[in-house]
Amino acid sequence: MTEDPRPGATPDPAPDATPDPTPDPPPDPTPGRPADEPAPVEPAAAEPGTTEPASAERAAAGEEGAPARPRRRRDPVAAALIGVLTLLLGFAFAVQVRVTDTDQALTGAREEDLVRILDELEAEEQRLRGQLADQRSALRDLNDTDSRADAALEEARQRADALAILNGTVAAEGPGLLMTVRDPEGEVRVADLLGAIQELRGAGAETMQVDGVRIGVTSAVTGSPGSLSIDGEEITSPYEFVVIGSPQDLETALNIPGGVVDSVSRRGGTVVIAQSQRVLVDALRPLETPQYAEPDE
Amino acid sequence: MIPVLGLVVGVVLGLVFDPTVPLWLQPYLPIAVVAALDAVFGGARARLDGVFDAKVFVISFVSNVVVAGLIVFLGDQLGVGAQLSTAVVVVLGIRIFGNAAAIRRHVFRA
Repeated sequence: MTEDPRPGATPDPAPDATPDPTPDPPPDPTPGRPADEPAPVEPAAAEPGTTEPASAERAAAGEEGAPARPRRRRDPVAAALIGVLTLLLGFAFAVQVRVTDTDQALTGAREEDLVRILDELEAEEQRLRGQLADQRSALRDLNDTDSRADAALEEARQRADALAILNGTVAAEGPGLLMTVRDPEGEVRVADLLGAIQELRGAGAETMQVDGVRIGVTSAVTGSPGSLSIDGEEITSPYEFVVIGSPQDLETALNIPGGVVDSVSRRGGTVVIAQSQRVLVDALRPLETPQYAEPDE
Repeated sequence: MIPVLGLVVGVVLGLVFDPTVPLWLQPYLPIAVVAALDAVFGGARARLDGVFDAKVFVISFVSNVVVAGLIVFLGDQLGVGAQLSTAVVVVLGIRIFGNAAAIRRHVFRA
């Protein structure tokens, strides 16, 4: 394959030129292609001017002296062969380009190429798997954080609700009891009311109001018998207690000997207690911002 | 004219029909194309040199393709197909470059 395939290499024309001249003249004049093939050198090889139909092209080629195109293989067979070959080449070229464009190319690939491609794909897969794992763990982290934040938020909300109920900044409802303390003689004292409140708290009262005044952690009962006030608001007999808590426990606590019922009766008052599965404590207290105390970090 | 026409028509046909290359041919088709390209460049150069001969062209074209395919086929049988096809492409590429340079000298006189 070394030197042979060179198509138009120099040594070729000489041997070719010899056999041609005799048979060729008639098919030679292919009129369609005058300037196409100048064919400058060969005629000098062996020809006197046998046929002159190609004189026009001769002129174009600038060689008047040697008119015949003796060994010029202008015969249709050669032209057809050349046409077919180049057509095949174009066809194969286009097809190959198409094939290379598609994955179909793999089916014809060699084993070692396939192995290399497989290796590359595996490395790629490894890399992508790593990425996937990273993303997964990131997602898990974020989800964890999210749910932790949710839980914290929920807890904070519950705590805020509990504190709001304790502080009396929101209305509250639930099972409890209604207690009416009548004091016709104006003899009930601060201590009696305080005792009642303490007793109720001790029995598990979660929040309460007295005559429309919400009792909070800083509530104070002041005044003298007959003109009592809670947190500066005057209250008058009958004193209406609305308490949320376990009704049985509360009533039991009120009725113990020496308890609220006992001491009010001793002062000439009466106590009426009604348990209820649903009472509403709707009096509110403003939230006091601590002026001096602050949280200890 | 005929070669150019043939090339153009062939490319168009290939694009239009878009045939499936048989499996056994797939390793050889690109090599064959390169070999044929080499022959075509050689032919073009010969024509510019004024020594073009249809017979030589046809034979060199066919033998180029066949020999290139044979070398690759042998390489495949020996287990060095990839390397041998690389070698063939390199050699043909060098020849194409040489021919292209000759054509260039003819066309541009430089």
